[in-house]
Amino acid sequence: MRTTLSRRRFLRLSSFTGAGLIIGLNGVDGKAFGQLVNLSNDAELVGVTPFVLIDPKGGITIYNTKPELGQGTFQSIPSLIAEELDLTLDLVTIRQSGGQIELGADQFSGGSASIRTSYTKYRKVGAAAREMLVTAASQAWGVPAQECITENGKVLHKASNRSATYQELAATAAKLEVPKEPKLKDPSKFILLGKRVKRPDIPLKSNGTAVFGIDVEVPGMLYASIERCPVFGGKLISFDDSATKKVKGVQQVITCERLIGKYRFEGVAVLADNYWAAVQGRKALKVKWDYQGYDKFSLTAYEQQLRELAKSEGVVDHTKGDFDKAYAAAPTKLEAFYETPMVSHSPMEPMNCLAHWKENNQIEIWTSTQVPFSIKNSFSKEYKVKPEDITVHVQFNGGGFGRRLYPDYVHEAVQLSKKAGKPVKAIWTREDDTQQGPFRPMTFSAFKGALDANKKPVAFQHKVISPSIGAATNPNYDKTKTDGGMTEGISEQAYEIPNMKNLYVHADMHVPLAAWRAVTSTTLAFSHESFLDEMAVKAGADPMAFRLSMLDSKHSDTKRLLEKLKEVSNWDKPLPAGWGRGVAQWEFFAGLAGNVVEVSKKGDGIKIEKVYAVIDLGTMVNPDMVEAQVEGAIVMAITAAIKNGIRIENGKTIQSNFHNNPILKITETPPIEVFILAEGGEKIKGVGEPGLPPLAPALCNAIFAATGKRIRRLPFDINKI
Amino acid sequence: MLNWCLQLSFMAAITLTVNNKQYKIDVDPQMPLLWAIRDFVGLKGTKFGCGMAQCGACTVLMDGNPVRSCSTPVTAAANKKISTIEGLSDNLEHPVQQAWIEFQVPQCGYCQSGQIMTAVAFLKKNPNPTEEQIDAAMQGNLCRCGTYPRIRKAVKRAAELMKAKPF
Repeated sequence: MRTTLSRRRFLRLSSFTGAGLIIGLNGVDGKAFGQLVNLSNDAELVGVTPFVLIDPKGGITIYNTKPELGQGTFQSIPSLIAEELDLTLDLVTIRQSGGQIELGADQFSGGSASIRTSYTKYRKVGAAAREMLVTAASQAWGVPAQECITENGKVLHKASNRSATYQELAATAAKLEVPKEPKLKDPSKFILLGKRVKRPDIPLKSNGTAVFGIDVEVPGMLYASIERCPVFGGKLISFDDSATKKVKGVQQVITCERLIGKYRFEGVAVLADNYWAAVQGRKALKVKWDYQGYDKFSLTAYEQQLRELAKSEGVVDHTKGDFDKAYAAAPTKLEAFYETPMVSHSPMEPMNCLAHWKENNQIEIWTSTQVPFSIKNSFSKEYKVKPEDITVHVQFNGGGFGRRLYPDYVHEAVQLSKKAGKPVKAIWTREDDTQQGPFRPMTFSAFKGALDANKKPVAFQHKVISPSIGAATNPNYDKTKTDGGMTEGISEQAYEIPNMKNLYVHADMHVPLAAWRAVTSTTLAFSHESFLDEMAVKAGADPMAFRLSMLDSKHSDTKRLLEKLKEVSNWDKPLPAGWGRGVAQWEFFAGLAGNVVEVSKKGDGIKIEKVYAVIDLGTMVNPDMVEAQVEGAIVMAITAAIKNGIRIENGKTIQSNFHNNPILKITETPPIEVFILAEGGEKIKGVGEPGLPPLAPALCNAIFAATGKRIRRLPFDINKI
Repeated sequence: MLNWCLQLSFMAAITLTVNNKQYKIDVDPQMPLLWAIRDFVGLKGTKFGCGMAQCGACTVLMDGNPVRSCSTPVTAAANKKISTIEGLSDNLEHPVQQAWIEFQVPQCGYCQSGQIMTAVAFLKKNPNPTEEQIDAAMQGNLCRCGTYPRIRKAVKRAAELMKAKPF
């Protein structure tokens, strides 16, 4: 898409007073993205993305294009630009972008992608702006540019004792040509990047002033609570709202459609003056659903089908050497079968959206979302309005974890506002959030492994049997091919095993499925790294030494990671009786991390004594934030390993709220120590997700070490081992 | 007593005292205090998380004691002093807020008003807590981002700060 935006409109949108300096990047349409452009004097902004605005009569604005979910982008993304301008964040106004076409297609938070894809790109924006400001000052003062320095929002020439603020220089700088390859700052001079900078959103989140989607109000709005079919795939027959209409405050009862992946589910919405009245009205609704036979669905029976499907060959995901031959010939073989559950995202802020479909067919949306840009584009197609007529105000997200990649709750609110002719804020209850999905799918895994006469691994096979996120979201999904989304990481581990054949078996599923923090790696790392442990045990080898023996120098990242884990966990130091330690690592699209977990036998159960985590990043922005993300990922991973997961019987989700879909409590949280490998360089790995996958296998490997019991199915009851 | 459990269909004029300010509101007496605070008093810092006293995101103080406002009928708060996150301090001076900033506790931040209010009430009762006591006091407040390791440190630090300079 090539989009033109008048400069005037942009300035109005950004409340910029004009005649200042605007630096951005070209390539909104995805071609040649990253060319620096001076947008200060363009009559029209065509396919460009302004990121830093220096307003002669105002302040300095930097856009954060990655919605803040708790992962720290509100600090990290603006810091990339501010660093090169020698600006501390207190001198900058950070604006959260809302999918504006002129701010580029990568306005989303997902895939642990923010820093690893933006690090150099955004630094160049800041560096270009700085170079232009310095040039403007040096020309005005008749001094060499290299004698000028920048600090605290000013250009200084110390020899002649002159200084000028960026704002004073902005108009002159705006007339200069933008440097194509601005000189980036020497990392040793960094004031923000790689430092433990305090995040600007923390004070707002410590006094209740941070505005989340659920907090936004506009005059004249109605609140909505929506009844949806309790059985996935059911259709609306009719509803009786006579009792609902008697509830004081209820204004309208109307239907809407929930677009989630490839599915469209109808709902009946009660609109009222306040949210409590909408919920009471909803309770009084009588709705008839046609379950379409889906009320016969049982997850227990489905799991049995997956076990049956495991007997089929499946399609090849990856091969190396000749697995069949090597396996047949090997003197020592083992097989194992692993199972994992569906789980919910359960961010603390339930899904919600305030939408206003105005009379002029402009749509205004206030919501917590991970994907503002794609909302503008997909809603433009769905509702036949121009993308520029859709305004998305992205609020602080009360958690995302992948759930807010899917704007189903935004669709509902938009449709309700159109029908009601008023702004509508639809808020899901926790029960809605827990029961309606989308869920992380389960994966079942069948393994074969073989050791040679020297007890070295010679053959390895991981066969994944699962429904598919791709099939749930893409109507043109091809079942005859392997599904990289569902075999994520299994063929990417650095271990040198000469013969490998990984397979995929697809299973149909009618329940909405979704990416969940660290996606399929969250289940496959468990089975894969647990089975490797089984191979180590079979080989009579120490699990750490066994892994290291399969890593050569070509794969120095994984080797370095395991060596660091070995060192920080004192791996070779004996543990007290009844204790055990386990190790696991996982590399996938988002990055690389590993854990050593120590457990002890306590009564009938197991206590997690300690988690050591190492994450490999290359380069990082904020070590404190990295530690926070890894700590949080481990807490979330423990929940997924030991809490009960989602069960569906008679077509309905059994769990409904935190009492029967619990998440880990502070009392259950072990001490966690995080170590970061970040020695610099351009090869940058992600932060938000990689901390999660290694926990479950490291924990279960530790339980095996302590008890001799191998856990092959998640979740498990840690109080009964 | 427990008259809020009756199925009352009329609206009631209720005076709520929130952060030492009085608010006259006309609401369904069964309405949970949470929605009265958010939608009628207009203070949005107190959050909706579960609606059944399971997560603690809605925690406010009623006469100094932490309560789950999502499961407390508004009528039960009528003659009580309600404190919400907005009333803690004018400029983040409260030692718990100071400690929250020092340890950069919040991630998404949604549960943190409830975490902070629980910690404030707890430290008032127990100014010298052990680590086990901190865990026990905070265990009703869930955090999906997993900020627990930092909550532990921050509550401990807040206790020290309060001792050095009572708030």
